[in-house]
Amino acid sequence: MSITPMSAKQLAEKVITKENLFILDVRNTDSYVDWKVEGEKVQSINIPYFHLLDGVEAVLEQIPEGQPILVVCAKEGSSVMVAEMLAEEGREVFYLQGGMKAWSDNLRPVKIGDLNGNGELYQFVRLGKGCLSYMIVSHGEAVIIDATRMTDVYLEFARLKGAEIKHVLDTHLHADHISGGRKIAEAAGGVYWLPPKDAVDVPFEYEPLEDGKKITVGASVIEIQAIYSPGHTIGSTSFIVDHSYLLSGDILFVDSIGRPDLAGLAEDWVGDLRNTLYSRYKKLSKELVVLPAHFMVMEELNEDGSAARKLGELFKENHGLNIEDEKEFREKVTGNLPPQPNSYQEFREINLGILEKDEEEQREMEIGPNRCAIR
Amino acid sequence: MNVSKVLDAKGLACPMPIVKTKKAMAELETGEIIEIHATDKGAKNDLAAWTASGGHELIDSSEEGDVLKFWIKKG
Repeated sequence: MSITPMSAKQLAEKVITKENLFILDVRNTDSYVDWKVEGEKVQSINIPYFHLLDGVEAVLEQIPEGQPILVVCAKEGSSVMVAEMLAEEGREVFYLQGGMKAWSDNLRPVKIGDLNGNGELYQFVRLGKGCLSYMIVSHGEAVIIDATRMTDVYLEFARLKGAEIKHVLDTHLHADHISGGRKIAEAAGGVYWLPPKDAVDVPFEYEPLEDGKKITVGASVIEIQAIYSPGHTIGSTSFIVDHSYLLSGDILFVDSIGRPDLAGLAEDWVGDLRNTLYSRYKKLSKELVVLPAHFMVMEELNEDGSAARKLGELFKENHGLNIEDEKEFREKVTGNLPPQPNSYQEFREINLGILEKDEEEQREMEIGPNRCAIR
Repeated sequence: MNVSKVLDAKGLACPMPIVKTKKAMAELETGEIIEIHATDKGAKNDLAAWTASGGHELIDSSEEGDVLKFWIKKG
């Protein structure tokens, strides 16, 4: 038997189409426990590669026969070594090309819907980390929202659509991953927009995203309206796109709500979060489709792999939107917070333009789960 | 510290630093110390976990620029 590479893209398709997949993750156990490939039909076990240097005979019985096995490691090298050993034992084996780093970087575009006048809205799903970003395309123009570090993916996508990137927006100053917004705007000659309250003293030029600001795509055909919606950060801003979609940033997710503490000010910001969710959002049309900047668990994804749900449904089902008592809400979101994302201070500093890291260091930093929500 | 062997694993990617360490360790007597130089950042956690599981002891580690150094006592 020989071994076959599987790309992160191919793995993403298998996860979304719910193909049965058995993963042997050979990273060290701490890394596996912290973060791994997940999916409804994904079964995985962890045996660190350094326990397999003398051979795989001892673990063969833990690996099902008659179905393909995917060996996964941090970068690739160890998974190739272990995959070769399994192949020698007659197993059909794949290894994850580029390892978990490639998995972390993979973006899967999903079309969310058609917009006014031949416009289109795409969601870029970063399955490995749960980040969601967006591109609106209309009449040869594109707007990108909450772009990740993988800037080439958006540039290439826009090119294939024959669209010029005019505006690049961030809903807030991200604290769990590196924004690609500024870099894309520079590369494409577009305008970079950021909420001014999240961008105090930044050393770069940007356009302030203020409440009520309207940006149009494709000769005024599609309108993006900014709504100031603080709570996750003091500047957090949502967008209503084409009167149909609510891009909620890290304020509201499908099955959870944002956390107010990533700038260290949970007590100060919990009131804003409450006000945004229970007052500002409540006044919006229930027909708006909420498109968040993250998902936390695979169950939040729809059949097509997108994360999108009507606001009306979220007001019925999302636990974070159904805590009537304000005091209880306060306790829930300040008292019971999950661990903060790895390196979140450094992410803030990079996104503020006050800390420089090379590409490999940036990739390294982003390895691991995102922890932006309170469930 | 009395180092019996120095292993240069610089520039090698995972799994080679551990593969080489394991090989070198086999030539040492119990109680002897090996010093390992590596540049693969993943080696840090992996060597620590491997050392513990093999009954050896990670005595010390340091970072000098891009080079990670480890001292392991054979158990």
